[in-house]
Amino acid sequence: MSRSLRPLVATAIIFIIAYSLAVMQFPGMFSTRVLGNFLTDNAFLGIAAVGMTFVILSGGIDLSVGAVIGFTGVLVAVLISWAGFHPLSAFAIALLVAAIFGGVMGLAIHYMQVPAFIVTLAGMFLARGGASVITQDSVPISHEFYSWISSLIIRLPGGGRLSFIGLTMVAVFIVGALVAHRTKFGSYVYALGGNPVSASLMGVPVARTTVGVYMLSSVLAALAGIVFSLYTSAGYPLAAVGVELDAISAVVIGGTLLTGGYGFVLGTFIGVMLLGLVQTYIIFDGTLSSWWTKIVIGVLLFLFIVLQRLIFAASAPGEKAAEKG
Amino acid sequence: MMRRILGQLANPQLLALAGVLLINWLLFPNFFRITWQDGRLFGSLIDVLNRGAPVAILAIGMVGVIATKGVDLSVGAVMAMAGAVAATLVVAGYPAPIAVAAALTVGLLCGLWNGFLVAVLDIQPIVATLVLMVAGRGIAQLITQGFIVTFNDPVLIFIGTGSFLGLPMAAVIAIVLLVIVTLLVRKTALGLFIEAVGVNRAAASLAGIRSRMLLLYVYGLSGLCAAIAGIIVAGDIRGADANNAGLWLELDAILAVVIGGTSLLGGRFSVPLAVVGAIIIQAMNTGILVSGFPPEFNLIVKAGLIFLVLIIQSPLAGRLFPARLRPVQEARK
Repeated sequence: MSRSLRPLVATAIIFIIAYSLAVMQFPGMFSTRVLGNFLTDNAFLGIAAVGMTFVILSGGIDLSVGAVIGFTGVLVAVLISWAGFHPLSAFAIALLVAAIFGGVMGLAIHYMQVPAFIVTLAGMFLARGGASVITQDSVPISHEFYSWISSLIIRLPGGGRLSFIGLTMVAVFIVGALVAHRTKFGSYVYALGGNPVSASLMGVPVARTTVGVYMLSSVLAALAGIVFSLYTSAGYPLAAVGVELDAISAVVIGGTLLTGGYGFVLGTFIGVMLLGLVQTYIIFDGTLSSWWTKIVIGVLLFLFIVLQRLIFAASAPGEKAAEKG
Repeated sequence: MMRRILGQLANPQLLALAGVLLINWLLFPNFFRITWQDGRLFGSLIDVLNRGAPVAILAIGMVGVIATKGVDLSVGAVMAMAGAVAATLVVAGYPAPIAVAAALTVGLLCGLWNGFLVAVLDIQPIVATLVLMVAGRGIAQLITQGFIVTFNDPVLIFIGTGSFLGLPMAAVIAIVLLVIVTLLVRKTALGLFIEAVGVNRAAASLAGIRSRMLLLYVYGLSGLCAAIAGIIVAGDIRGADANNAGLWLELDAILAVVIGGTSLLGGRFSVPLAVVGAIIIQAMNTGILVSGFPPEFNLIVKAGLIFLVLIIQSPLAGRLFPARLRPVQEARK
């Protein structure tokens, strides 16, 4: 087994152990129904986390994800319910707006040479504020297209159902993995995250890649916002507050190195599933309060960061040099 | 001498503050009116100081962290934890000084934990403090059992809403902290050490600075400041709200520090200017409120402000503007 696959395997083993323990306590958790709901309930988080994986692989961070989800939800809801657009054209407009938004953030990060987190912080304020200025209330969406999409379900034996949005997330993960590991853009992202100076010396188009990464993250966040609006049939400016933290946690738990240059899109999928498992377990238990979710996620985050440290301290002595300021 | 002082006053931050206050005055003619009532001052300007104090206190702690090329995302969650500890202990019958001391200890321990992760385990600051940012609010809710714990303790309420020499207590605490920390970093070599670690930690260590210890101090101070702010906020609303106390204030604190001209790349910092940054943010908040705009407008204005500051600080601007406007780049070269 390749040594570089170790963190991914560690995450997968921890997920399997955690899931087995949960199933031993609540046999009901091992059913297609629960697994199907895993996908549906975490669809928007998973899609946003794919974008976050690319950003973190490139050595950056994107704090605007949750706000973009909220903004997209509001924009789509307002376009459909107030302006009478067809949902598909509303989706197209939302994705275009997000692409421009992400592109501008990428341009700012590259050309102004400021840390990504402060630029995306401004982006977060802008998107959240923009959504609140459009409307402060929840805007319901009732369109036959929405009910039609909700009716698209694949029934599984055992009462489980694969929803359209759950499958969308799986598709995004598969495409994301292919882009990361099989395309030129993907290798540029890894090179940039490994060491931006040597990447640019090797001829990696740093500006284009940076802009592309943040554009991708915002577009996927907008897609997550569309999925979230399908999930809730409404747009709300304060929706998905703090999802960026969940997404970052999922990426880290999935074994991607926060300094960039190393990680797997598939690992993020396991990370999202692990977060979903924690939530489902707490619902099954019934006596634990929902705030345990946050504590458990924090503990998991800590464990995986320390794990990464140990693995990389043992295997990569040159890693310190690759760290960016 | 006189010219030097005038020259220092003419820095971008104070000019920006003057600009914001001027706009507020145009929008709301009574903005500068201050009255004396019931043994304390009243007025929009005093309100700015009072409301801005928690962020100013967070910013005082955050400056040191950012100067070492780090960032502390957990301060909002630490505020919630400190408020929860103080409120729960007071409700359980402990005297207020013990509750305050316990809350401060919790804050200090949180800060030291962050410092331990950054200094000893060598974890990136964003990630290291993210752990507590995510888990801290959960712990705070664990302490309050998910309720908003309300209290009637006069000492805690005084810390949040009382007044001293006519000024709101929160502002007084912020000013005292500002003076202490400024003296600490500017009259001793501590500030120089912090800058050295921020510019190049390895080189600073080779030069004999105990960078691990220093990082522990810096993060510990940030946690302590967060606890102080948490107690003030809890005293202000007479209760500890684990969900909302200090929510997103870490971002305001970072923004205040950045507005204050402290470089996010480490190595150059100013405690007083960070406090000015916090006051600018609060003056904008108050201005938007008193002039009748919806409060959501605030976020957009803040976003615009960040971009403005970034453009001024960026190397791109360095080529377009004269050297006076870009002290950060000078310090980095």
